[in-house]
Amino acid sequence: MLVLAIDTSANASAALLESTDSTVTVAGSFTSSVGNDHSEVLSPAIESLLAQAGGRIPDAIAVGVGPGPFTGLRVGLATARTLGFVWGIGVHGVMSLDAVALDAVAQGPAGEFTVAIDARRKELYWARYDNTGVLVGGPYVTVAEELPAGPVYGAGGGLYAERLAAVGAEVVPGFESAHPGAVSLGTRAVRALASGQPLLGTEPLYLRESDAKVPAVMKGKLL
Amino acid sequence: MSLSAPLVLGIESSCDETGVGIVRGTELLVNAVASSMEEHVRFGGVIPEIASRAHLDAFVPTLESALKDAGVTLAEIDAIAVTSGPGLSGALMVGVSAAKALALATGKPLYAINHLVAHVGVGILDGGELPENLGALLVSGGHTEILQVNSLTSDVRLLGATIDDAAGEAYDKVARLLGLGYPGGPVIDRIAKEGDPKAIRFPRGLTLPKFVGTEENPGRHRHDFSFSGLKTAVARCVEQYQKRGEEVPVADIAASFQEAVVDVITSKAVRACRENGLTNLLLGGGVAANSRLRELLAARCASAGITLRVPPHSLCTDNGAMVAALGAQLVDDGVLPTGLGFSTDSGQPVSLISLAV
Ligand SMILES: [Zn+2]
Repeated sequence: MLVLAIDTSANASAALLESTDSTVTVAGSFTSSVGNDHSEVLSPAIESLLAQAGGRIPDAIAVGVGPGPFTGLRVGLATARTLGFVWGIGVHGVMSLDAVALDAVAQGPAGEFTVAIDARRKELYWARYDNTGVLVGGPYVTVAEELPAGPVYGAGGGLYAERLAAVGAEVVPGFESAHPGAVSLGTRAVRALASGQPLLGTEPLYLRESDAKVPAVMKGKLL
Repeated sequence: MSLSAPLVLGIESSCDETGVGIVRGTELLVNAVASSMEEHVRFGGVIPEIASRAHLDAFVPTLESALKDAGVTLAEIDAIAVTSGPGLSGALMVGVSAAKALALATGKPLYAINHLVAHVGVGILDGGELPENLGALLVSGGHTEILQVNSLTSDVRLLGATIDDAAGEAYDKVARLLGLGYPGGPVIDRIAKEGDPKAIRFPRGLTLPKFVGTEENPGRHRHDFSFSGLKTAVARCVEQYQKRGEEVPVADIAASFQEAVVDVITSKAVRACRENGLTNLLLGGGVAANSRLRELLAARCASAGITLRVPPHSLCTDNGAMVAALGAQLVDDGVLPTGLGFSTDSGQPVSLISLAV
């Protein structure tokens, strides 16, 4: 089965994964080195990944549903939903932090751990996993001090290492700048599909309201 | 690619309307629009993040219904066109990402086109080919411009534009001040009919000689607009009535405000046409529905010998058919498609009718 994976919760990334009953092979992948070019680079990257794979149409799409900065996140979701519609194939959502969790599990964590990435506005997006990578809490958006003690994987940890240390949470070396990416996200999705585990829909996990304020004059007050 | 009567699908997401339109040459097949307007009502104006969220949810369903209603398949489409700017950047990115994915998955050529020029191009769907010596007056919640259209597909120039608020934005803000709700255009237009447009003399922005100059020696803002001073003047006026404990004469203020907006828009548009040899004028944008604007513009065009063309309302407000209509003209003229690598441009100038490869 050929799966196209897309994640834009951090930098734009895409991957093509070929899976059999027992193996997952990465047929090609792309990650942008720039943080704000999602709508520019994502489709051209997918186009060249598909061309490299001989123009085959994927059998399924896995897309990161966040949390992550809204505008970039929507680029990935709009792309995935539209490709799915045209090709008539399933589009499966994966919580983006799960991608980092998969990489964390490869390090053999002793017990529960946290994955955290930057949520801007001095906050982190984070979630809790058990040592096999199963989600046990989250995703949340809070300040660093709200994270539980223990190991933290992901760029959010690198960003607030000192504040996290103060609450007993320590950043795992090598993961100080780790972001969700399409290869890990797609691998997670392929394994879930193979073992019959449910995946998510494609609703974005914004975790925050749009921040719009109702103006005073709209509340019945004239000036 | 040069085709006559190409089948083109157009995508629009620059503000709060998610539009998918399909045209065959100059014939409109479908104009599907989903609007998030209701979600902005309690804020009294378009909230970009809310609009962007709505675009994401509306796009595929709108595309699906457009294809179904037009009775065409994606395989039959000759080209895809999408608004790349100007507009709200987060909103544009949703339509552009979807359009790129659509082009990628179907293998169809993609044109990244200018929203303002598309407001002119839509005229083709109602009355066929556009006349020579054409000007366009675009008035909406997001823009207020006067354009000179030498060639729809290769030469469009900006003669004048607002230097602050768009006219429709001024309507929304004044409606808010008067407690009339959102959107402001239709409700002010309605209430103005019960008021005296001469009751209060509100300022006409950028009409002083130092801005306007003369035809031989034009000032910097001869054909430009400004509505932010007008909005402030209305706010002060309302404030004064309230301070004195008097009832605010809502209808008179609405009528006088509307007269100030419409007077300056129509006089400047007609002057710009006259001085640039434009004998035809196309009116576009959501505010084209305003009854007083249409009435005064028609009268002033008639006395200046300018032929006025106003497309039906559903084609004046933001929609995908206008994007498709301009796209079809570009295909017809053999303009090369943009491809997948372009960026959105929230300030895309009218001279960039479609983005180059
Ligand atoms: Zn518009």
